Amino acid sequence: MTTSAVSLPASLRPRQVLSWFGVAPFFLFALLFLILPTLNIVVGAFRNAQGQATLENLGKLFSPSIQSAFWISIELSLLTAVLGCIFGFLIAAAITLGDLPRPLRNAILTFSGVASNFAGVPLAFAFIATLGRLGFVTMLLRHWFGINLYGSGFSIVSFLGLALTYLYFQIPLMVLIITPALDGLRREWREAAESLGASGFQYWRLVALPVLWPSLLGTLALLFANAFGAVATAIALTGSSLSIAPIVLFAQIRGDVLNDPHLGYAIAFAMIVLTAIANGIYILLRMRAERWVK
Amino acid sequence: MAFLDIQHLEKSFGAMHVVKDFNLGVEKGEFVSFLGPSGCGKTTVLRMVAGFETPTSGAIRIDGQDMTCLPANRRNIGMVFQAYALFPNLTVEENIGFGLKVAGEGKVAIRSRVGEMLELIGLRQLGSRYPFQLSGGQQQRVALARALAPRPQVLLLDEPLSALDAKIRISLREEIRRIQRDLGITTIFVTHDQEEALSMSDRVVVMHQGIADQVATPFEIYNRPTTRFVAQFVGTLNLLEANVVDAAAGKVLLGEVPVSLNRPLPGRTGERISLAARPEIVTLGRSDGDHVVLAGRIADVHFLGSVIRIRVAVEGGHLSLDTFNQPDRPPPSLGTPVEVSVSHRDLLVLAA
Amino acid sequence: MTGKRFWSWLAVAFGGLYFLLPLVGMFDFSMRMQRGAYSFEAYRVVLADPQFQQTFGYSVVLALLTIVLGILIVVPTAYFVRLRFPGLRPVIEFITLLPLVIPPIVIVFGYIRIYNTSSILPLTGSWWGTNILLLFGYVMLSLPYMYRSVDTGLRTIDIASLTEAAQSLGAGWARILTVVILPNVFVSVLSGAFLTFAIVIGEYVFAALLNVDSFGPYMVWMGGNRAYEPSALAVIAFAITWACMGLIQLFTSFSKFSTVRR
Ligand SMILES: Nc1ncnc2c1ncn2[C@@H]1O[C@H](COP(=O)(O)OP(=O)(O)OP(=O)(O)O)[C@@H](O)[C@H]1O
Ligand SMILES: [Mg+2]
Repeated sequence: MTTSAVSLPASLRPRQVLSWFGVAPFFLFALLFLILPTLNIVVGAFRNAQGQATLENLGKLFSPSIQSAFWISIELSLLTAVLGCIFGFLIAAAITLGDLPRPLRNAILTFSGVASNFAGVPLAFAFIATLGRLGFVTMLLRHWFGINLYGSGFSIVSFLGLALTYLYFQIPLMVLIITPALDGLRREWREAAESLGASGFQYWRLVALPVLWPSLLGTLALLFANAFGAVATAIALTGSSLSIAPIVLFAQIRGDVLNDPHLGYAIAFAMIVLTAIANGIYILLRMRAERWVK
Repeated sequence: MAFLDIQHLEKSFGAMHVVKDFNLGVEKGEFVSFLGPSGCGKTTVLRMVAGFETPTSGAIRIDGQDMTCLPANRRNIGMVFQAYALFPNLTVEENIGFGLKVAGEGKVAIRSRVGEMLELIGLRQLGSRYPFQLSGGQQQRVALARALAPRPQVLLLDEPLSALDAKIRISLREEIRRIQRDLGITTIFVTHDQEEALSMSDRVVVMHQGIADQVATPFEIYNRPTTRFVAQFVGTLNLLEANVVDAAAGKVLLGEVPVSLNRPLPGRTGERISLAARPEIVTLGRSDGDHVVLAGRIADVHFLGSVIRIRVAVEGGHLSLDTFNQPDRPPPSLGTPVEVSVSHRDLLVLAA
Repeated sequence: MTGKRFWSWLAVAFGGLYFLLPLVGMFDFSMRMQRGAYSFEAYRVVLADPQFQQTFGYSVVLALLTIVLGILIVVPTAYFVRLRFPGLRPVIEFITLLPLVIPPIVIVFGYIRIYNTSSILPLTGSWWGTNILLLFGYVMLSLPYMYRSVDTGLRTIDIASLTEAAQSLGAGWARILTVVILPNVFVSVLSGAFLTFAIVIGEYVFAALLNVDSFGPYMVWMGGNRAYEPSALAVIAFAITWACMGLIQLFTSFSKFSTVRR
């Protein structure tokens, strides 16, 4: 924003070609390892083994087992994204607006940085050690409170267990993203609203939430994609006992089940479409919500 | 009792005593300015009146009703902030109508009041714009209209003009004063710009380290400051050190020159006091009668247009004096020996 | 006022409980290998396991290579885009955000299909090829973080003037980038690097699907076959993540200090 090609002295211009060499590796890299692989999936989803165009692969998506895997995935991602947004928001609000000591705020932000990156296999182990059959909390509840967690139907390898685990990286991610947005709420807005007679609730409904809306939506979409693509945590936690879309795809690629690469294409394609829809909805809503921004 | 009545107001933030025994009565329809250096507690007093800070002790009454513990949203006070603080997600109309909307007024009533307000601030065509599409001056006008729309009992403005550039500042300050007069609304205006305070206000409160040093009309504040701080903070001042010869009769010795002030003096005989003189009461040349005459040399000449400010080096310091520009008389050149005179009667006496 | 503070403490307390219990749980579990006593036995077993040493070492080397390659790709791009092609910015930003949006498993599936043994570039056919493919995959995964860090760093310095000054002293592009620009964005690059390290070190999906024996698949294998060692591994992984984030904080605050001093 501060620099532009126009403002540069003429001495920098003749070697334009050279600067293309500077960015060329990036584009080559992005093409080979990001764009082409993705396109390959998209195209592959509409081809059969003989290379002819077909919708047959996509049709296979509607088999009951795959359909239910997708539904579980969508529910799981949506649930953890929404809950992650809500709880992350509450924590971020507490540390930005809640008169808490400054060091606590910094500690929570640093911890969020750690926890949001502490995903994957180790996270699953931590939850097994905590809420597994012999986990710390399970034992604690049984010995101290006489509550039999597993007797009541809970299991860490269930939908609920997976959701609890995913929240461990979803909430901190929300905290990290929404804290700067909350910091951006100016104190004067609140005071102006109050002096005009608004209650705290009215201020949030009419000013604060609409201002935060784009960030909230963006984070929701990001959290959705984040949960939807999470494979390692799920595999390490449940093996393959819970059938969610990425695990089905994983199995397909591994060739554990029937080896039909074109069904794999279709599943992968559907995953792209779903995250694209999530982000599309976000972009659309954001454009509507941001009429008042430059 | 005054319409807005502030009594023995105190405020501490932890160990820091920010406002000390602040007393003020503002009459209905009056325009009062708080003037003082940065950090003297102006904003803090204002925020206590608005209800954003709780006083450590003391009382605030409006129209006889005790406001001290009432939450901000039930005080019916309009507030304008330095940085506009318009709601960025609402249009100009929605901003102005905000107070009416949260009070649950009907759509029709809101629309007509908003129209009235837009008329008042002269921004009729801009009603559907968003704040970011307005200039600073326009935003501040909208902020004023927003504060006034719910018909507040008191209007508070915290340095509303200091984020604007000089031209707009002057035109907007006239406009604020006009609107204030038209509506007859009781107003407190915080500023650290003395020209603003003196030109706009019915009365000025000069604040210093949390204390209201003097509360008086601009004329009084300027011409008869009661404390050394007020004298030095408001306007330019020449200070001359003098020795009291006879306190009761008002006779002092300014260097070698005996001066008769014709009024009793604060100091005792033999003590030092300060005499102060505004640049405009010091004249070039010898004047007869009750005048102190000092000899010196021209040290500096600032040509400001209609006024020429001259600094003269005299024994024991410098004196600034103002003369009007006259086309046939060019300002004296540097180093010229001159005499300057000050009327005894106009000299201010400040405790040393 | 006090009500607000109460609710804030409550929110933080509940959050603290949820976030600390799994850490306590995993630590507690990792210490229970010997019956009836707390011990570091599980850690000893893990650290002494040659498989651990091999896979962990491999992942560390791979993470470091990822960082180097990422810097080589991202820094010149971010620099030239700021200096020469501001119009390309939206395109680049879009591309660098894609890895956050497209599920990684989809991308690795694409790799397997494109670079399989019967393609023009049969990377998956050889040991070297597979490793290179994994390396590039990790660079792609770290792209959003790397690019954002570097770009933020570039924003704080006036690269146009720096470039001009260097050119007037006769420096060429390579020299400008390595001697003038890189040191000035060093701290931002480091933040990106540590983040990359934290992401790559325990990565599972890419490694597993490309059949590479790195730390991620090793951990999953342990998870399926052992009881207490996985918790010890989780503690180790958590410590590494902490260290990376801590170092980022340290360097960032250090750089703030040094700019103030300047
Ligand atoms: N919330 C607070 N906590 C602690 N100290 C505060 C707080 N608000 C104000 N102060 C202190 O109180 C003193 C008076 O502040 P105040 O904002 O009233 O000054 P001011 O006269 O409005 O100054 P300015 O002209 O710069 O706006 C300052 O020293 C300030 O640091
Ligand atoms: Mg102030």
